[in-house]
Amino acid sequence: MRRETLLNAAIALGLLAVPLWAWSAGEPFTITLATRAAILALAGVGLNLALGLGGLVSLGHAAFFGVGGYAMGILAHHAQTFAPLDLGLFTVAGTKSMPVIWLTAMVFSALAALAIGALSLRTSGVYFIMITLAFGQMFYYFAISWPAYGGEDGLSIWVRNGFPGLNTLDPIQFFAICYVLLMAALVLSAVIARSPFGLALNAARQVPQRVETVGIPVYRVRLVAFVISGTITGLAGALFADLNRFVSPSMFSWQLSGELIVFIILGGTARLFGPVAGACLFVALEHWLGGLSDYWHIYLGALLLGVVLFARGGLIGTLAGREVAHD
Amino acid sequence: MTEPVLATHGITKRFGAVTASEEVSLDLRPGEIHALIGPNGAGKSTLIKQICGNLRPDAGTVTFLSADVTAEDTVARARRGLGRTFQISALAMEDTVLQNAVLGAAGASRRAFSLWRPALTDRSLRAAAEEALERVGLSDYAATRTAELSHGQRRQLEVAVALTLKPRAFVMDEPMAGLGTEGSQTLTAFLDTLRHEAPILLVEHDMDAVFALADRISVLVYGRVIATGDREAIRTDPAVREAYLGEEA
Repeated sequence: MRRETLLNAAIALGLLAVPLWAWSAGEPFTITLATRAAILALAGVGLNLALGLGGLVSLGHAAFFGVGGYAMGILAHHAQTFAPLDLGLFTVAGTKSMPVIWLTAMVFSALAALAIGALSLRTSGVYFIMITLAFGQMFYYFAISWPAYGGEDGLSIWVRNGFPGLNTLDPIQFFAICYVLLMAALVLSAVIARSPFGLALNAARQVPQRVETVGIPVYRVRLVAFVISGTITGLAGALFADLNRFVSPSMFSWQLSGELIVFIILGGTARLFGPVAGACLFVALEHWLGGLSDYWHIYLGALLLGVVLFARGGLIGTLAGREVAHD
Repeated sequence: MTEPVLATHGITKRFGAVTASEEVSLDLRPGEIHALIGPNGAGKSTLIKQICGNLRPDAGTVTFLSADVTAEDTVARARRGLGRTFQISALAMEDTVLQNAVLGAAGASRRAFSLWRPALTDRSLRAAAEEALERVGLSDYAATRTAELSHGQRRQLEVAVALTLKPRAFVMDEPMAGLGTEGSQTLTAFLDTLRHEAPILLVEHDMDAVFALADRISVLVYGRVIATGDREAIRTDPAVREAYLGEEA
């Protein structure tokens, strides 16, 4: 729809304009906030593919976010301690190269999503929510009890990882990396949504029996979607770890899974830019309201209630009107 | 006699003490409409589910195009060319009419895992979908959201989606359900020509349609086929009159 396209463009430009302004004004903290919003949005874009398009309410996406984070943490830790990673049969040197870290994060979160999805997708509804939550918690407690990588305390990475040709220590350059990856994920989401696969995934959410009756295996469609979804969220986890230069089990926490769902609901479920709008709003509220009170979540809760009760389409649904089926 | 396209051989299904299908043997021959009738609770839906692969029979086999498909699921049978319509419209209500038809075309051409090219601008998918819509008379509604269609139009779309599969056999579960007189006459005329493309196993309550269309009729009562024959044979069969038609007439 035209209005939604304009709104999406406005959000994309806004998320670019704020850090650029902050850069020219010399406000690095604002750039960091925008980077945080972009990364969380990327994680939400990943989840939105499963939750929005596929109707798969995963309460365990923090597992993939954490796997991405720990992929970065472990590789960078071995690089900064100059101790190769001993895998029994062979050893692997750590690395401080972002592209290598991203690829590792995506491969491992894809594998995690394949394993979790293959089991969870045999259930549906509330059972699916519970089983994904259970898997997320398994990863969380595993991370806590893994002393080699900091256990409960997590891992600190002293210097941000590098990207060829860029100075990632410069906040605006790191923001640019995150922003470009976010846009790439959005383009990918838009392409998938319009493809025959997206059509099947979306129809499987509405009438699975119809999809099977035309010879399309619903389980496999959902599993592929879940893996793509987890991979994108895993990439976001690696960036998030790099933003904070710190990895801890809290990246695996179910609160984080919940927050990703909150982004989508705030922004607008199944809207392309829903998680982007939601994540930006979340980070802004966290910043402003968090300054007023440690208990700022109560205001977030009230807002969420308002959205669920009175604005079911979220921010984008309210501003852009009812969704018109893809042209 | 030509080999049947679709057949059940003594299939039996029990749910606890209830026998929903008992030794049911039916066949669907090329070019025919075979109607399956029976009072409510006779086990028609359970039988359809076993034929389409939603339920596994406890005993007996299902063959389709000379292959034993008893162990295959819905997806595999659909890929062999079993086109099914549902009693209660099973359509993606949020999607457009065209999207529903394109979904069928994507399934038929095994393109459901294609992630890159837009579905609706793909020439072959779109052509197959539009042809199916045209045949049921829904061309003007291609861009309409399915939720906004009338009940009768949804029934037409059900048939159109099945058509996109270019099926070798149709299984239609009460396609006339809830249609007005005019709607069911139109659909009757359409099914009458469709049988030459692929035979139709028709479950239907609308007796006018059944007796207008069916080459053969099977009557299912308490999970058992009590009679199979042409219209005249069924009309005059005393067991059928007692069990079923008597109540209606």
